[in-house]
Amino acid sequence: MSEQTHFVEIRHAQKSFGSLEVLKDISLNVERGQIVGIIGSSGSGKSTLLRAINDLDPLTGGEIWLDGVQVNKTLPHRQYEKHINEMRQQVGMVFQHFNLFPHMTARENVTMAPKLLKGLSQADADKLAEEQLDKVGMLERIDYYPSQLSGGQKQRVAIARALAMKPKLMLFDEATSALDPELVEEVNMVMKKLAEEHMTMIIVTHEMDFAASVCDRVLFMDKGVVVEEGPPSVLFKNPTQDRTREFLRKHIEGAS
Amino acid sequence: MGLDFSIIPKYMDIILLGVGWTVGITVAAALLSFVGGIIFAVIALYAPWLIRQPFRLTEWVFMGTPLLLQLFLIYFGLVQIGIDLPAFVAGIIGLGLHFAVYNSELIQTAILAVDKGQMEAARTLGLSRTQALRKVVIPQAVRAVIPPIGNNMIALLKDSALVSVIGVSELTLSAQRVIGKTYRPFEFYILAAAFYYVINLCMEWVQRKIERRISISR
Repeated sequence: MSEQTHFVEIRHAQKSFGSLEVLKDISLNVERGQIVGIIGSSGSGKSTLLRAINDLDPLTGGEIWLDGVQVNKTLPHRQYEKHINEMRQQVGMVFQHFNLFPHMTARENVTMAPKLLKGLSQADADKLAEEQLDKVGMLERIDYYPSQLSGGQKQRVAIARALAMKPKLMLFDEATSALDPELVEEVNMVMKKLAEEHMTMIIVTHEMDFAASVCDRVLFMDKGVVVEEGPPSVLFKNPTQDRTREFLRKHIEGAS
Repeated sequence: MGLDFSIIPKYMDIILLGVGWTVGITVAAALLSFVGGIIFAVIALYAPWLIRQPFRLTEWVFMGTPLLLQLFLIYFGLVQIGIDLPAFVAGIIGLGLHFAVYNSELIQTAILAVDKGQMEAARTLGLSRTQALRKVVIPQAVRAVIPPIGNNMIALLKDSALVSVIGVSELTLSAQRVIGKTYRPFEFYILAAAFYYVINLCMEWVQRKIERRISISR
């Protein structure tokens, strides 16, 4: 095992579901405070790559490192479970379908994990919930249940829930894809705010404009490989690969 | 000999004592069947093979044999291996475990029906699988399953009459005893039936209360 030099380091990531290879030897480095966007058509492997970073979809080959620690290291089952739970506490994840806990209020959604895993008192947890929900503009809905919230509001609560664990890294898996168009902006605003605070983020998205405006670097994936990567100004304006050009043409025309 | 309901008040204390036993045994067995149902469901779905297989056999015994036989086995059979349970305890255990197996079936289905994203979201926050089940998945499964479990509990109330055969003076046996003295089967069986009906109404009322409370919190 060689020494890790980047904040997030993915080395030769490989993933197969049976005989289907969905990630083929992908390597990727992300520095602290960077925002990396991943674009590509569905089935390109972009969500699988994102989900491999916190081991939701474990790799079948390769290594994932976060801040000097290997995420997917080989350990006996019990120790691995303990290790992975500790790693996941440092990585926030936001899902396409929010996955808020429907039987808990916004406050309880945010405080459940910090109370359980970090032993926060109810008073500290309440303070934390107010802080985090305020940050995403949801403080006035703190005691609402998810069913009483709009999609955009749900997603903002889900972001607050992830932030409450004070993660080093945030993963966004098509966070706005399930939203009505008029609700997308409020979630994008929250993500932009996080960007301004230099949160390290990896964002899988279908929204080219948003990727162009917040990301330091964008990767285009197709059929399990990174076809092309670069700063958005270069990748969106002067892609060098035919596949990238074709994808962007379809997507930007489709959107307008 | 015509019908004479005026005889009822004289024996009301015996009947009411029977009502008390029926309610007590039903409530205790219902709680046991609920908690047991959750535990059985988790074992059936998540325990290692070595635990799951003998457990399935036990499950089959409870589902595939008459409750009456199970009560005899627990009350009379266990004495032979040194476990001498009071009749009402044997009754609660028999009824409770029997219905726990049925509740477990319902809860298993409900656990499997909870959206996979719920477990994922919980694991992503750093919860272990056990913690995620306890805090996120099972509470949702239990909420979904309250109405059908309510039906099982009504069945439990009716089957509680079976514990009369091991000598617990619950409502049915109390009625029989009074009939033995008065030779008035119609009046006292009707009275017992009326009490079962009232207890039934109370149980439905409690169930509605629970459901309403849960529906607000969704």
